[in-house]
Amino acid sequence: MCGTCGCGSDTNGPTILKPGEEKHAHSHSEHHHHHHNGHSHSHEHDNHHEHQHKVLEIEKDILQNNQVLAARNRGYFEAKNIFTLNLVSSPGSGKTSILERTLSDLKEEIPFYVIEGDQQTLNDADRIDALNIPVVQINTGKGCHLESDMVYNAVKKLEIENDSILMIENVGNLVCPSMFDLGEGKRVVIISTTEGEDKPIKYPDMFHSSDICIINKIDLLPYVNIDIEKLKDYALKVNPNLHFFEVSATNGDGMSDWYKWLKSNLKQ
Amino acid sequence: MHELSIALGIVKIAEDEVSKAKVNKVTKIELEIGVLSGVEIDSLNFIWKSAVKESVLELAEKEVSIIEGKGKCADCDTEFDMENIYDCCPNCGSNFKGILKGKELRVKALEVI
Repeated sequence: MCGTCGCGSDTNGPTILKPGEEKHAHSHSEHHHHHHNGHSHSHEHDNHHEHQHKVLEIEKDILQNNQVLAARNRGYFEAKNIFTLNLVSSPGSGKTSILERTLSDLKEEIPFYVIEGDQQTLNDADRIDALNIPVVQINTGKGCHLESDMVYNAVKKLEIENDSILMIENVGNLVCPSMFDLGEGKRVVIISTTEGEDKPIKYPDMFHSSDICIINKIDLLPYVNIDIEKLKDYALKVNPNLHFFEVSATNGDGMSDWYKWLKSNLKQ
Repeated sequence: MHELSIALGIVKIAEDEVSKAKVNKVTKIELEIGVLSGVEIDSLNFIWKSAVKESVLELAEKEVSIIEGKGKCADCDTEFDMENIYDCCPNCGSNFKGILKGKELRVKALEVI
């Protein structure tokens, strides 16, 4: 079974493509399966060893493979002064719209690179590609989150220049991506005004692990029933260190503070 | 359903350890999972069978120790039990705290032959 997506066959695993590239028959060079090498050899029983129970005290962190590769990514980003953001939210909060607006407003000042994560399609990568920003799409198949090895392989394809910003748009999902460090500098959780204000305590892990919270779609405030102060209170209860931006990716309101923050984090 | 990734991470660790120790199979695996780790034990149990299929863990007994959550208030140093990651200090109400226990996600030991 596929280690990343849980599918029974090899045809649904992650693929990493640039816009315009053909999806070829599921190359698994970038995909970690557990192979059962131990099962194919014939076991020789002529030396009569005793079958004794033995306990191996291993004390290993289950996520250590992901963490080791995330640390490797992080070191690479720091050495090249690539400010890396991991954008997480539920589907439809406006991750891609915020990205599009940010990129088109700042691309003359800052070199940007983008990694898009979705289960299927090159649609988001095509939206970024239309702005002439280098982009790679990771399709996770049935997988519900990005892992650090996928980012590692996508970064190799992107050939990122020094002193730039890398935006990683995670799979739209407010649960699973929280456990998987990608090696980012900051994690940004996006929530929109059309969602419930109690989302931070319904999905606390994501808000706990994030550094920044962008509240999107503030242009819809007159039409929706949300108390933004209450939303912030809930979020701060989960993570008192969260920093907020209130924006509308549609009309540009509030984006300038977000841009200021981005620029101040990219050490020139 | 990230519990599948978690289960497959456990399988990978077991396979590596088994080949390192040059043993045949695992009869029992001991896991430590904290209540604040983000892993649902029910979900993990649900996908366990399919995750360990044809691996060294296929016939292994699984023993899970649940580790309760404990935090320490950053403002008044009170130590308190935590059920949720957003629990605040029962003494002073502060949200600033360090998590002392409950985030564990570990393979503790393997019993092998």
